[in-house]
Amino acid sequence: MGLGFLGTIKDLFTGKLEKEDFISFLRKVVVPLASILLFIGLWHMGSQSLYNIEAEFKIEKALEDQGPAAAEALRECIASGESGCQPNTLPSPSQVWASYQSLLRDHNIISADKAAFIEKTAVLNEKRIAEGKEPITYTGRPSFVDQIFRSLKTVFAGFLLALLIAVPLGIFIGLSPTLKSAFNWFIQIFKPVSPVVWYLLVFMIVKTVLIDSNEDSSFTISFISVGLCSMWATLVNTAMGVSSVDKDYINVAKVLKLGSFQKIFKVVLPSSLPLIFTGLKITLSVAWMVLIAIELLAQSPGLGLFVWEEFQNGANDSNAKIIVAMFVIGIIGFLLDRLMLTIQNWVSFDKTDAI
Amino acid sequence: MAYLELNNIYKTYGQGDTETEVLSNINLSIEEGEFVAIVGFTGSGKTTLVNLINGLIEPSKGEVLFKGQPVQGTSHERGVIFQNYSLLPWLTVGQNVYMAVKEAFPKKSKKELNEIVANYVEMVSLTPAINKRPKELSGGMRQRVAVARALAMKPEMIIMDEPLGALDALTRGNLQDEILNIWEQDKRTALLITNDVDEGIYMADRIIPLRPGPNATLGPEFKIDIERPRDKTELNDDANFKETRNAIIEYLMDIGNERKSEAQEAYVLPELEPKSFIGRFK
Repeated sequence: MGLGFLGTIKDLFTGKLEKEDFISFLRKVVVPLASILLFIGLWHMGSQSLYNIEAEFKIEKALEDQGPAAAEALRECIASGESGCQPNTLPSPSQVWASYQSLLRDHNIISADKAAFIEKTAVLNEKRIAEGKEPITYTGRPSFVDQIFRSLKTVFAGFLLALLIAVPLGIFIGLSPTLKSAFNWFIQIFKPVSPVVWYLLVFMIVKTVLIDSNEDSSFTISFISVGLCSMWATLVNTAMGVSSVDKDYINVAKVLKLGSFQKIFKVVLPSSLPLIFTGLKITLSVAWMVLIAIELLAQSPGLGLFVWEEFQNGANDSNAKIIVAMFVIGIIGFLLDRLMLTIQNWVSFDKTDAI
Repeated sequence: MAYLELNNIYKTYGQGDTETEVLSNINLSIEEGEFVAIVGFTGSGKTTLVNLINGLIEPSKGEVLFKGQPVQGTSHERGVIFQNYSLLPWLTVGQNVYMAVKEAFPKKSKKELNEIVANYVEMVSLTPAINKRPKELSGGMRQRVAVARALAMKPEMIIMDEPLGALDALTRGNLQDEILNIWEQDKRTALLITNDVDEGIYMADRIIPLRPGPNATLGPEFKIDIERPRDKTELNDDANFKETRNAIIEYLMDIGNERKSEAQEAYVLPELEPKSFIGRFK
């Protein structure tokens, strides 16, 4: 299980921890906590000093341009904490925490609003459906939590696309040296292409394909780009796993005279499963990483767009919100990675804990 | 007509300058029901020879005849026990055996197949471990699974490639007896490849040493005229056993020494005067 450290914490609270485990407890729980505190401390001091540099610069500039009276007014304004004149720099941990809470409040307000809307339109919608018309849907602004789920949806759609393309293709390439040499240049050239270029390529194609559709194609474009961008690790790993099956297993298949279908499904695939899963794990983390950039470009709702809009917005707490999004992105990425590791350990015959 | 016949077998690997002849001029014939052991040093081409007989590879020259027919590819008639067990690690003991049985008897029902599996797993006394994976088993248990898998296909001939090579002496002894018991039950033809002369004498009717490769070829055969069932402890005092054992070991040592002296000739060191460094560093 990828979340082993949770077990240690549980043992601590249920009093199951033995004395001998104390050192391992220190190492597993206390040291990470201490390093988190240290990190927050350094961040706080860093943001403080950046704040001071920015404030000094602003006051200096006011002094030069508008004279001493304006500079003094600005100094007072900054000291009073009024939002209009605050220096725009790296937010401190407390500001980020406050933004996080305000985002949650915002989410609650929007959810309540949405629920009220659904309740209000329920009767009307029933009538519209009965008449064969489209029901009225809530078109308000999505909350931060909604954006997270949109992003997850995009990433899973992209991941699924990568899985459906890369695993079968990888198996074919791994089995046939001819296909391998046919596809090798393709893989080598397209593997290092940046997400931005993939987005543009997909945009060119999807735009034309969906030319008659009135639907918003940004989701389609972004999930296809995410899939194409992230599938390479799985493709390469699957091909490698399939082509490098232990010769002993192949000999067994030959001696038992397994048919080629049986050979692939009973010997080749199970034995390459660990490598396929390593590839899928990398694919999921790459998918999550490039998602932000692609959502930003595709204007597809999600965390990437959220970050970009906050940056464009330039409001007083925008920077803090961006940092909140950064942590949320990081934590979700970490959880996705653990999820894949757990599935990998569960599926794989090789029970040694993969990292 | 012999049951299994190898006529003038040559096997070479590589091409051009890197071509090496692993086996040269191998002639061997095994009668039905016979237990033959081939004894040789590690790296003398024993596994190549086994793979030729079970059909995994083809000879460069010469022919392998099984019941008068040339061997083409593998066959369920020749069961193989591999040196390194070669169990599929993602299948349980039962599933490993089941896979083989299902291929050997495609017409039998699932219930019949499961019965065969249960019988053979019982025969190697692994019934308690039938749902375990190879990783959870000891080396001896794994090899027993491999034995069960090979025998469950009811092959007419069993080919064993150093089946007990990786096991400790005690487990080895037990498994030797188990294999002999099974062989005696229905007198299948058996070919054992081993590097252990005692094992060969204990188990086989005939021992043929393999002169080490490259250019490995079979030496003169030694008949083992010891009554079955053989008793391991008594065997040590048996004059016949001692004589055969010494003769085989002497033969193997002789060809071993021959190789060594040949090898020594090949690497004559050049005569060089050591440079004097005295007075160079001040």
